[in-house]
Amino acid sequence: MRLTRIRRTAATAALLLTAAACGSSGGGDAPSGGLNPPDLKAPTRLGAGEGQVNLIAWAGYVEDGSNDPKADWVSGFEQRTGCQVRSKVAASSDEMVKLMKTGDYDAVSASGDASLRLIASGDAAPVNTDLVPNYRDVFPDLKMQPWNSVKGTAYGIPHGRGANLLMYDTEKVKPAPTSWSAVFDGASAYKGHVTAYDSPIYIADAALYLKATKPELGIKDPYALDQKQFDAAVALLKKQNASVGEYWSDYLKEVSAFKSGDSVIGTTWQVIANLAASEGARVKASVPKEGSTGWSDTWMVAAEAKHPNCAYKWLDWIVSPKVNAQVAEYFGEAPANAKACAQTADKDFCATYHAADTAYWKRIAFWNTPIEQCLDGRTEVKCVPYAKWVQAWTEIKG
Amino acid sequence: MTATAPAARSAERRPQGPLRRAAGALHRRPRLRLALLLTAPLLWLAVLYLGSLSVLFVSAFWTTDSFTSAVVRVWSADNFHALVTTPVYRQVIVRSVGVALAVTVLCAVIAFPLAFYTARVARPRWRPLLVVAILTPLWASYLVKVYAWRLILSQGGLADWMLRPFGLSGPGFGLPATVLTLTYLWLPYMVLPLHTALRQLPDGLLDASADLGARPGRTFRSVVLPLVLPSLAAGSVFTFSLSLGDYITVQIVGGKTQLIGNLVYSDIELNLPMAAALGTVPVVVIVLYLLAIRRTGALSSL
Repeated sequence: MRLTRIRRTAATAALLLTAAACGSSGGGDAPSGGLNPPDLKAPTRLGAGEGQVNLIAWAGYVEDGSNDPKADWVSGFEQRTGCQVRSKVAASSDEMVKLMKTGDYDAVSASGDASLRLIASGDAAPVNTDLVPNYRDVFPDLKMQPWNSVKGTAYGIPHGRGANLLMYDTEKVKPAPTSWSAVFDGASAYKGHVTAYDSPIYIADAALYLKATKPELGIKDPYALDQKQFDAAVALLKKQNASVGEYWSDYLKEVSAFKSGDSVIGTTWQVIANLAASEGARVKASVPKEGSTGWSDTWMVAAEAKHPNCAYKWLDWIVSPKVNAQVAEYFGEAPANAKACAQTADKDFCATYHAADTAYWKRIAFWNTPIEQCLDGRTEVKCVPYAKWVQAWTEIKG
Repeated sequence: MTATAPAARSAERRPQGPLRRAAGALHRRPRLRLALLLTAPLLWLAVLYLGSLSVLFVSAFWTTDSFTSAVVRVWSADNFHALVTTPVYRQVIVRSVGVALAVTVLCAVIAFPLAFYTARVARPRWRPLLVVAILTPLWASYLVKVYAWRLILSQGGLADWMLRPFGLSGPGFGLPATVLTLTYLWLPYMVLPLHTALRQLPDGLLDASADLGARPGRTFRSVVLPLVLPSLAAGSVFTFSLSLGDYITVQIVGGKTQLIGNLVYSDIELNLPMAAALGTVPVVVIVLYLLAIRRTGALSSL
């Protein structure tokens, strides 16, 4: 069910780009310049299916109807390709990386913080996008992004994406907020009723706000913070903590808090905003003027895949218009395939989730894993690695 | 004929075949018998309980590579040092122990009159039913109960509605809500031992106390309380240890409150040794608590 989004919390509690660091040649002149993945080759042509494919996925991504009879896009795949699907639901990015290292799996739906690790460690192979016909219809702004490609080589097929929005109670928050300042500098107006996403990655939200409001800090990328910038973001969040009623990581918790009025303003996802509104909460959600953070997942193929042909067939199937529409609607995210928008059960789905709105996604800073070598390309300073983010998050909450 | 008879007799006396020989050996060695019987359960205890505890303790002395977050097996007491010196850890530990103590005291205060009623005041044929009624919440899912409390304590929820006539409002989400919810969750574990102890209290003692001129208050202090104290302590072991380890209730109704369990949970992926160090805190606290409780003799009535 949609509840499975709880896993996002776990997803962000992920390790560093371990191997990214090891494989670095000390460069770092380009955003992914430090990453020097093993020289692996993508297949140039596909053979016959092997009759089986083993997948690692987030809950809700590989559904065969056993959880919800209406959600079934696996049976059709098995019938059409003869590849029997065996899927393993992972609870976190760490688990995904660990499972991929066993060599038992062929493909994985990795988030931005896992994908680069898999690439750098050589567990994920480059993907020949020519062998995935439906890749053609994937939104151009999802292709060849820092979390799914390295130095012009594609390592996966985009699955879907979402933004972290500012949601507010339309009765209690007036006038309508247009800036994240409503939950940072102006948060005391809603003391005890502010909510925030309960994960260290939320520090990036504060950094994004500081990027716009404190230009003297020189923040370029909210996932590449040097010590001074990081301290400023942490200080801002500690100040915010005084006004926070609760942090949310579980989806139902936020819906119920906005319905009852325990929370009146804070971060959210589109799907939560929709659900809360449909259950009678007077809420609106939008991307404030500073932009916002967001997430995007990628289907990747294992370097040692035993069933590479079936894996490629699955990649093509999951981004095919009809299936991509199904999974996006079931999960509550913007589909990756442009043609999926014509296939959704709810005809306004893509408009609601801004699937085709390029300008909208330009303002989203997609999740990435902070490492010591600054992702924004600075070489004169060291950035604060994710482990420190986790520590700081504990201290922020007190 | 004559040749087979002694052979049969000797087979009776001296068993043949490995199985019979083993049976004979076991019969002659009671200690070996005992050892074979107890090896499996003792292994279970040693490997699964004590073994995992010692692994937990040992890994707390390891460190993580600050860059890769991989566990490095180099001995250092840094984690325990951080535990004592970092303000946020100290704060959370004190808070967690405070919550566990508050829940235990609240449970005792609520459970005593309840158990007294079910054990001594209610009509005998109603007593089993009342005990069942007290135990029914244990049949429902933990999460369902905690989410129910979330609804009760939310703004405009049942708590607010009931307190409004008095010009008050509910506690909202936070530390008090956590204590309240945990008290509700673990109350049956306190009522049950108290009920048993009070039921076994001889009527004669209460009568004698009254005959000697003691008022009810005095009887309670000098007769009832000393006799049920071991059971009270036994119940408190449950409420205390269950509260100290809980981290889900506080996530649902605790607002932004963090307890030890939450810190362990957030550290487990990236800093396993620190999580292990944090994990030893409740173990140590509970061992200390049990040592204190042992003096009351409660452990024998668990």
